[in-house]
Amino acid sequence: MSDDQKPILTARYGVANATDLEVAEKHGAYRAARKALLSMQPEAIREEVKKASIRGRGGAGFPAGVKWGFLAPKEGERVYLVINGDESEPGTFKDRTIMNKDPHRLIEGILIACYAIGAHACYIYVRGELAHSIKSLDAALAQARAKGYVGEKPFGKPYPIEIYTHTGAGAYICGEETALLNSLEGRRGEPRLKPPFPAIKGAFGQPTIVNNVETIAAVPDVVEMGGESWCNLSRLAPADGGIRLYGISGHVKRPGVYEAPVGITMRELIYDYGGGMLHDDRPLKGVIPGGSSTPVLRPDLKIDAKKADHPLHKWHGMSEIDVPMGVDTYRALGTMLGTCCAIVMDTSVNMVEACRNLMRFYKHESCGQCTPCREGSGWLVDTLTEICEGRGKPEDVHRLVEISNNMMGNTICAFADGTAMPMLGFVQKFREEFVAAVEKGRPLEVRHDDSTIALVRGRAA
Amino acid sequence: MAFALTPERDREVDELLTHYPNKRAALIPVLWICQRQNGWVSPEVIDFVATRLDLSTAIVKGVVTFYTMFFQHPVGSHVIWVCRTLSCDLRGAKAIQEHLEEKLGCHAGGTSKDGKFTLLKAECLAACGQAPMVQIDDDYHENLTLEKLDRILESYRAGA
Repeated sequence: MSDDQKPILTARYGVANATDLEVAEKHGAYRAARKALLSMQPEAIREEVKKASIRGRGGAGFPAGVKWGFLAPKEGERVYLVINGDESEPGTFKDRTIMNKDPHRLIEGILIACYAIGAHACYIYVRGELAHSIKSLDAALAQARAKGYVGEKPFGKPYPIEIYTHTGAGAYICGEETALLNSLEGRRGEPRLKPPFPAIKGAFGQPTIVNNVETIAAVPDVVEMGGESWCNLSRLAPADGGIRLYGISGHVKRPGVYEAPVGITMRELIYDYGGGMLHDDRPLKGVIPGGSSTPVLRPDLKIDAKKADHPLHKWHGMSEIDVPMGVDTYRALGTMLGTCCAIVMDTSVNMVEACRNLMRFYKHESCGQCTPCREGSGWLVDTLTEICEGRGKPEDVHRLVEISNNMMGNTICAFADGTAMPMLGFVQKFREEFVAAVEKGRPLEVRHDDSTIALVRGRAA
Repeated sequence: MAFALTPERDREVDELLTHYPNKRAALIPVLWICQRQNGWVSPEVIDFVATRLDLSTAIVKGVVTFYTMFFQHPVGSHVIWVCRTLSCDLRGAKAIQEHLEEKLGCHAGGTSKDGKFTLLKAECLAACGQAPMVQIDDDYHENLTLEKLDRILESYRAGA
C-alpha cells in the first residue's frame, strides 16, 4: 500500500472477539469517551470535530462539525442523535463492517457525540436486512449498559445517555435522513419537505442530528488525537480531513473494504488496494466512484483544466482516475465522492445494460410521492429496456437525457437527482454505446457476468 | 382466527414501547416481532398491531405495504433473496438466480412445491465486495459459486 499508516478506524478489525467489550477495551475502546465525558467541555469537543473536518461519510460530504453547529434547541426541547445505518446505496458495504466487527467503536462515538451536542438519547437506525449487525450492536449495547457506560452515569459522569437500535424493513429511501426519521416514527419512509431541517425539527418534532455510522465511528479518534492531527492524516487536509473506509467491488482481484487516507486516487484504489483488474486481458472500461448515484468515470478521458484557477489544474492532462478522491475534487470532476465505494467494470460490460440494471434499482426504490421521480424512473427503465431488447429508436438516447433533466431539482428529496445524475453520466461518457445499441435493432447479447460466470459455475457447470 | 402474540413476545413489545416517546414509533419493530411468529403479516396481524398500538388499520397497512421485507402473503419455510444489483450482477448473480430457479422449480417470486423455499429478487444488500451473494432468512451467504450454493441449500433442506 502507498501509505505506511497503521490502521486507525479499522484497528480492531483484526482482533479476535473485538465485539466483546473487555477485548475491545484492552485494545483502546472507551478511552476517548472517558476522556471526553470526564475532562472536556461539550464546546471543546465540538471544536475538535470541526477542526477534524470530517466530511459526512453517508454520501453528501457535509462537514459533521458544521452540521452539529446548526442545533439551536429552545427551552424544553429534547435533542436527539440518530445514526444512519441504512447502508443501501448499490456498491456500498462499509458501515456494515464497523457494526459487525467493532460495534464498540460506534457506541463510543455515540457517547461522545451525544455529550457534545446535548443529546440524552440516540437511535441507531439499521436496515432490516442487516440482522447480524443489529444483533452485534444489541449485544455490545447490553455489555456497555451492564458496565454502566451507557445509562444514567456513563463513566461516573451524571449525564444520562440511552442508546437504542431501530430496525428498518427494506427501503433504500430510508437512507435519506428525513425518510429515515419518518421510518423511525413508525411511518412510511417518505422524505419530508425541508425546511425545517432535522437540526431544528427532526425526530418526534425535536432538534435532531442525523449522522452516518462511519462519521460517528471516527469521533473517538478525533478526540484521542486532537482534531487537527486527525485532519492531517488526509492528503486533502484541511478541507477534507482524516482517513476513511474505501470499498471496492466488481471486476477486481481483491474486492473489499480498505482504510486509507482521504485523497488516494481511484487508480491506487483499483490497482493497489483492489489488487488490479480481475482478468489481465480485460482492462478497465469504467468505474462508478462512490455508490450508484455518482456519475461514472472513464479512465481514457483526460482532465481538461488548462486555466490556472481551475480546481483540477494540477491534474490537467491526466486521466480521470488520477484525481485524488475527495468531496470537492470529485465535485469539480463532475461526479461525486458519495460513499467512496467504487464499482469497477471491465471491457466485457455493456454500459447500456449496466445502466439499465441501476435504473431498475431506482425505479424499485422510488418512494413514489413526487411524480417526476416515480414516473421518470419508470420511463428510464422502459426506454432502456426498449434499447436493450432491440426496439430502440434513434430519439431514445435524447429521451433518456430529457427525462433525466425533468427529474432533477423537481422533487422533495435528492433521490431523483441521484437517479438522473448517473443516467446522464452514462450517456455523456458512453454515448457511442447507446447510439450503437439503438442502431443495431436487435437485442444486446450480453450478460454483465460475462467475465466472471466461469468462476461462479466452477466445477458444478 | 384472531392473532395474538405469545406472552414472551408480548413482553418484548412492552419493552420496546419504553424506547420511544410515543406508541406509533414502535410500529415497525412490532411488525417484525409479529412476522417472526406468524411467518407473514396477515390481515389478522394488522388488526392485532393496530389495536395494540392504538392506530387505525389503514395506518398499519400503509406502513406494511411500503417496506419490502414485510410479507403480505404466506411464504415458504425459508426465504431466499438473490441480490441482482450491479456489483452482484457483475460477479455472476444472474447465474445464481438461474441455478436457484432450476433447483427449486420455481421462478423468482414463487415458492418451491414442497413449501420449503420462497425465492425473491433483492436490490442491493450491502455485500458488494462479497458478490455474488444471497440472503436466506437472517443470514448472508457470500462469495458464492454454484457448488457452494448447492451445499447451502442442502444444509437448509436437512435442517428444516
